[in-house]
Amino acid sequence: MNSPASVSAAVSLKDVEVRFKTTTLLFDCVIPAGQIVAVAGASGSGKSTLFNVIAGFEEPEQGAVHILGEDMAGRLPAARPVSVIFQEHNLFAHLDAATNVGFGISPALRLSAVDRAKVADALKRVGLDGFGGRLPPTLSGGERQRVALARALVRHRPLLLLDEPFAALDPGMRAEMRKLLRDLHDEEGNTILMITHHPDDVRLLADSVLFLDRGRIITHDPVDRFVERRDITAINRFLGSE
Amino acid sequence: MSGAAERRMTIAAGAFGLGGVLLFVALAIVALPAQSGGGYAGAPFDAYVWRVTRFTLLQASLSTILSILFAVPVARALARQASFPGRIWLLRLMALPLGLPALVAALGLIEVWGRQGLLNTVLVAIGLNDPVSIYGLFGILLAHVFFNMPLAARLMLAGIERIPGEYWRTVANLGMPSAAIFRFIEWPAIRGLLPGIAGLIFMLCATSFTLVLTLGGGPAASTIEVAIYQALRFDFDPPRAIALSTLQIALTGALLLVLKVLAPPPPESETTGKAIRRFDGVSGRSRLTDGLWLILALVFVGLPFAAIAYSGLQADLPRLARDAAVHHAFATSIAIALLSATISVGVTAVMIRAQQVTLRRRQTGAAARGFAGTIDASTSLVLLVPPVVLGAGWFLLLRPYGDVARFAPAVVIAINALMALPFVHRVLAPAMATHAARTDRLAASLGIAGFHRLRWIDWPPLRKPLLMAFSFAMALSLGDLGAVALFGSQDMTTLPWLLYSRMGSYRTGDAAGLALLLGLICLILAVLGTAGEDGAREGKDA
Repeated sequence: MNSPASVSAAVSLKDVEVRFKTTTLLFDCVIPAGQIVAVAGASGSGKSTLFNVIAGFEEPEQGAVHILGEDMAGRLPAARPVSVIFQEHNLFAHLDAATNVGFGISPALRLSAVDRAKVADALKRVGLDGFGGRLPPTLSGGERQRVALARALVRHRPLLLLDEPFAALDPGMRAEMRKLLRDLHDEEGNTILMITHHPDDVRLLADSVLFLDRGRIITHDPVDRFVERRDITAINRFLGSE
Repeated sequence: MSGAAERRMTIAAGAFGLGGVLLFVALAIVALPAQSGGGYAGAPFDAYVWRVTRFTLLQASLSTILSILFAVPVARALARQASFPGRIWLLRLMALPLGLPALVAALGLIEVWGRQGLLNTVLVAIGLNDPVSIYGLFGILLAHVFFNMPLAARLMLAGIERIPGEYWRTVANLGMPSAAIFRFIEWPAIRGLLPGIAGLIFMLCATSFTLVLTLGGGPAASTIEVAIYQALRFDFDPPRAIALSTLQIALTGALLLVLKVLAPPPPESETTGKAIRRFDGVSGRSRLTDGLWLILALVFVGLPFAAIAYSGLQADLPRLARDAAVHHAFATSIAIALLSATISVGVTAVMIRAQQVTLRRRQTGAAARGFAGTIDASTSLVLLVPPVVLGAGWFLLLRPYGDVARFAPAVVIAINALMALPFVHRVLAPAMATHAARTDRLAASLGIAGFHRLRWIDWPPLRKPLLMAFSFAMALSLGDLGAVALFGSQDMTTLPWLLYSRMGSYRTGDAAGLALLLGLICLILAVLGTAGEDGAREGKDA
């Protein structure tokens, strides 16, 4: 699923403006394809809004959003080359794991035998072989997130947005999920944007870091440079190196 | 006063209230067979009684099914179209029928659907000369759907609104079509609520008195409750009234039992008005279907209100305002409502407090638990023994002591107070539990007790739930026709009774004016009771 060579930017936001009652957020950035990008910043800095704009849950008042070179203006969330995974409630709790993954293939849940095999295979790839019949409430938090990943796998969208996907998991589970995510990324060659509050996620998983502060993207550095930075208070606070 | 003395006094007061409630209901039930002169088996359970029972169950089943069938698309449309101008007003309108006395609603429905009503006028104007008749099963179903469809829709809407916000984003991200959203997301949320909603509506319709009395239009369409009233007031056939009352208690008892086992009560219908971000329902077709359902609901629920207001204003209001009978009925209604609401709220509050005090000790004996449990059960006793059955019992009990009308005020007040108990309890119990948990230890450690505790600790935070319970209780009493119908006389007319008699004597102008007055009072009470309950609308968050 590599993006065409001619398109080097997975996401490009140009002068994107989102207005709220009391604040206005301004985004301007270019994210190269094929990277894992950590999106960090204090709460309220605009991380989720950034994702909403890319995924199409929020239409900006001004500016242009391009994904893989295509203008996204007026495009419904489902028509964008994007899959989204949230911190929780990614799965419909009353439907079993396989059905939840099946929606990734057919949103009206019309699945052929081949499709079902694909679902089983995706569950296997995330380490949940044979879990298809399980209901989400009987799964652990980590297992639920794996099912959501399996659904993203069968959708084959080149851009994956993860909104604090590991926030509800314990440290051991986080490490496992990071490894899984890295492996899948290497196989798929997709672009991953991940909101995180954990410096560990940044250090161990990301290629680069988008850092937001008060509604602006203030830096976009390769990860080695980011962790060495001492010049911005907000980043020092995030890295715990004050 | 020492803590122990206060504790004893509280428990004694609670026990006194509990005793009063139990005694009042028990005497009515005991009176039923005692008055029949022994010959109650056999004959009274005749074909008529069975027909009435069958009809009661039939109309309740149909009313429930129709209300739910209508409510599902309305709830879905309201959930899907989460922000259109006037949505909050439509939601408020849907809450109004609950606060409207059944008799007033019946009048409004007649104005719209009746022989001289809006619908038939339109039908005649377009050349259809076969008027729709509102009396009979059709009218009863219409009225029950008018009351219960909005209730069901609000409960379902609350259920859909409890679906996590991430679901809607996931649905949008996956691009699920609207039919799949309904089948896989919305319907499962509604389905879980259906047993509770259906049970509640069935219960309300099976014990509906006023609507069946005014819209039934004859013995062919009579429910058990109405048949009890007719057996006592018209045929004076106590054995039949007793047989019917026994049946009614058996029926409601069985229903309550089934509900307890099968259907958890629907969660509180907090339609907060909170805007849920959804991304579906934007296509032209879904907007159109949702719009049509919402307009249909608006017209169906709104027109009777408009008709009440319109024809009420057409009435000769100045003459009504000078009418001594109206003054008398108004004063009587207000006095009864004030007294019964005071008793209802007072007794409930004292009983809840006694329950708390009894259960506070770490080691509670069987007696204490029994006492507390009986208090809980007693507040919903009136659901088991409906007001008309209570009235019938007391009617028969008091008859040997002279004209029952003499006892009317006391019995009506007591029945009205009892009618309100379940509602008052549902408002007060959680509020008082929270309050006790917050303040009991602190107040005890500071030694604040007695009047000072009431004045400084209890009244300020409990004022709102108390007023809310009080206005609900008052509205219930003001709209009540059941108890008054049995006992009412020349000397004791309440507003609903006066309205009912003016309707009966075809003084429709007067009836319309009175309906407007009564409807307004009850709606004001309902608004006062729920003032400040609307949650703040949630805006766009960063």
